[in-house]
Amino acid sequence: MNSALKKKMYFDMLRIRIIEEKIAQRYSEWEMRCPVHLSIGQEAIACGVCANLNQQDYVMSTHRAHAHYLAKGGSLKKMMAEIYGKATGCSMGKGGSMHIVDLDAGFLGSTPIVGGVIPIATGVGFGITLKEEKQICVVFIGDASTEEGVFSESLNFAALKKLPVLFVCENNFFSVYSPLSVRQPKDRDNVAIAKAYGIYADKGDGNDILDIYKITRKAILQIQKGNGPAYLEFDTYRWREHCGPNFDNHIGYRTEDEYLSWRKRCPIENFENQLKEEGILTTVEIDKMNTEIESEIEQAFIFAKNSKFPDATELYSHLYA
Amino acid sequence: MIRELNYTQAILEGTDQCMTENPAVYIMGLGVTDPKGIFGTTLGLKEKHGEKRVLDMPVAENGMTGIAIGSALTGMRPILTHQRIDFMLLSFDQIINNAAKWHYMFGGKMKIPLVIRLLVGRGWGQGPQHSQSLQAIFAHIPGLKVVMPTTPYDAKGLLVSAIRDDNPVIYIEHRWLHGIFGPVPEETYEVPIGKAKLVREGNDITIVSLSYMTLEAIKAAELLEKEGIHAEIIDLRSVKPIDENTIMTSVAKTGRLIVVDGTWKSLGVPSEIITLVTEKIFDSLKSAPKRITFPDFPTPTSPALAQHYYPRAIHIINAARKTMGLEEKTEEQMGITQNNPLDVPDQSFKGPF
Repeated sequence: MNSALKKKMYFDMLRIRIIEEKIAQRYSEWEMRCPVHLSIGQEAIACGVCANLNQQDYVMSTHRAHAHYLAKGGSLKKMMAEIYGKATGCSMGKGGSMHIVDLDAGFLGSTPIVGGVIPIATGVGFGITLKEEKQICVVFIGDASTEEGVFSESLNFAALKKLPVLFVCENNFFSVYSPLSVRQPKDRDNVAIAKAYGIYADKGDGNDILDIYKITRKAILQIQKGNGPAYLEFDTYRWREHCGPNFDNHIGYRTEDEYLSWRKRCPIENFENQLKEEGILTTVEIDKMNTEIESEIEQAFIFAKNSKFPDATELYSHLYA
Repeated sequence: MIRELNYTQAILEGTDQCMTENPAVYIMGLGVTDPKGIFGTTLGLKEKHGEKRVLDMPVAENGMTGIAIGSALTGMRPILTHQRIDFMLLSFDQIINNAAKWHYMFGGKMKIPLVIRLLVGRGWGQGPQHSQSLQAIFAHIPGLKVVMPTTPYDAKGLLVSAIRDDNPVIYIEHRWLHGIFGPVPEETYEVPIGKAKLVREGNDITIVSLSYMTLEAIKAAELLEKEGIHAEIIDLRSVKPIDENTIMTSVAKTGRLIVVDGTWKSLGVPSEIITLVTEKIFDSLKSAPKRITFPDFPTPTSPALAQHYYPRAIHIINAARKTMGLEEKTEEQMGITQNNPLDVPDQSFKGPF
C-alpha cells in the first residue's frame, strides 16, 4: 500500500473525529435540534471500507451515519445544514442527522429503523444486476441489525441472485444500553451464518484501518468477480452515549475500565504512531491537517448557521413525486 | 362492438403492455411464474419478457418489499404481488417506514415508483387470515396512494396509471371480481388515480361504494329504481387520494348518503367520507348518513356464520329506505331470490361491467 493512501486514510479518520467532536461540543447550544448518534471511536471502519470504493459505488447506512456519509465523500456543509434543520441541508431539513443523503457521492441514504436499510441496499444491488451495471452497494449495519428478520431475508436473496452487495457489520457490542449477552447466544458467529448462505465472509479488528482496508479489498474482489455478496464484521467501540454528545460510562450499563481499554485502542492515535514510525507522517503534517480540517469545519458551521430555515410551505412539499 | 375481457385478463394485458413500453418495469411475487400465475394475471409474462423481469421470490415479504424499494432507487419500477393482502402485513415496516416516506424525508431527492398488488379473499371459508380488506390502514399513511378497481376497464387503466406513477401505489383486487367481464380497449390507457366514477345517476340518494361492494350497490339501485327511488352510485376507485369533488357534488344534489365498504366499520373509509361531507356540506344533508360495512369482528370461517357477516344488496336497500323515512323490506319482498350459496360469487355478477 502506498504512503499517499495511508495518509489519506489517516486524514479521513481525523477529519471525521474532529467533525464529530465539534458537533458534540456545540450540541449544548440547542441549535442542532435533532438526535445525533456520533461515530467517535468507530471511524476506522467507515474510512477503511470506503477507501476501496469508487464514486459510482453506493453506500447506505443507519442512524449512526455521519462517518459513512463523510467517508464516501458526502458534502460536509450540506450535512451540517441538515443537522441544523436548514433548507440548504442535504434533505432540505426534512431528515436531520438520521436521514442524510448525497446522491453525487453515491450515498443513497441512512435510516434509523434497525435493519431497515439492509433489504433496501440489497435491492440496490438487485437494481444494479437488473440493469447490468458494474457498481457495488455497501451497507453499514450494527450488531443489533443482525438480529432482525430482514438480515436473514436479505442475505438469502443476495446469495440467491449473486448480488453485488457488501454487508459491513460494525459490532460495538451494545444496542443502546443492551449488551450482546442479553440479545444473542454466546458464541453466535455471524461470519459462519453468512457462510452458511454461501456468502463470502470475514471478520477483523474494527480499530485497525489497514486490517479493515485489506479485508474489504479481498471481499470486493470476490464481489467484482461475480461471486455474489460478501459479509464483513469488525469489532469496535462507541466512546460516547448511544445518542447525544456525552460520555455515559457512569450510568451503569458498562464500566469505565472497559471504555478505557478501548480508548487505548483509538484507531486514529495508533495509526498516527504507526505512520510516524514508518516515516510517512510528521508532526508538522499532522498540524497542517488539523488546521485544514478546523477551517473546513468552521466554514461548514457558518454555512449551516447562516442558512435559512425552510419556508413553512415546505411542510407540504415532497409528499408525492 | 368493443372487445370484452375479464378482470384478470385486463390486469395481464396492462402489465404486459407496461413491460413492453418500459424495460424498467419488472414483476415479482410468490407464484408469479408458477403454473397458475396469480390467478392468471401473470401467465405468459416470463416467456415474453424473460425470467429476469418476471420472477418468483423467497417467502420473505418484508425483505422483498425493501428489495423492491432499493431497486426503485436505481431506476427500476417494480410490481410486487401478494396472493392475499394478509401475507403482506409482514412488510408494513418497509411500506410505511420506507416506501411511503423516502421521497419526503430526503427532501424530494429520490422517488419510489412501486406498485404492490394485493388480493382480498372471500368465501369458501377463507376465514380470519385470508379475507381482510385493509385499504383504510394504507390510506391513513401519508405518501401512499391506494386504488381499488371494480371493473375490468378500471383494473387495466388504474394498473397502467399505478405503474407509470412515480410513487408507491397500493393496488387492491377483490378475488370475487376476477371473474367478471367488461369492455376493455386494446390500446394502453390510463384511468387517473384520485378520480371516482359516476356509475349511475339519480336524484334521491348517493351511494358511494368500493370494489366488489359496488356490484351489490348496483343491484340495490336497480331494485330501488323499481320502487321509484333513484340512487346515484359513485364507485370510489381511489381510496387515496379521495375524489372529494365528485362526492360533494352528488351529495349536494341528493342530500342523502350511504357509504358501502367491504371491511370493518370503525375508523374506515366510510367514516372518512361521512366526516368530509358533514364538515363541508352539512347543510345539504336531509338525513343522517349511513355506513354499510362488515361488523367489527374477524371473518368467521363457517358458511353459517359468514353469511351473516357479509352485507348484500338488501342491506343497502334498507339503509337507503331508512334514510328516506321508509320501512325496511325483506329480500322476498324486494324480489331477491338466492340462486346460489352465499359463500361463492353471485352468478348474476358476471358482467359485462
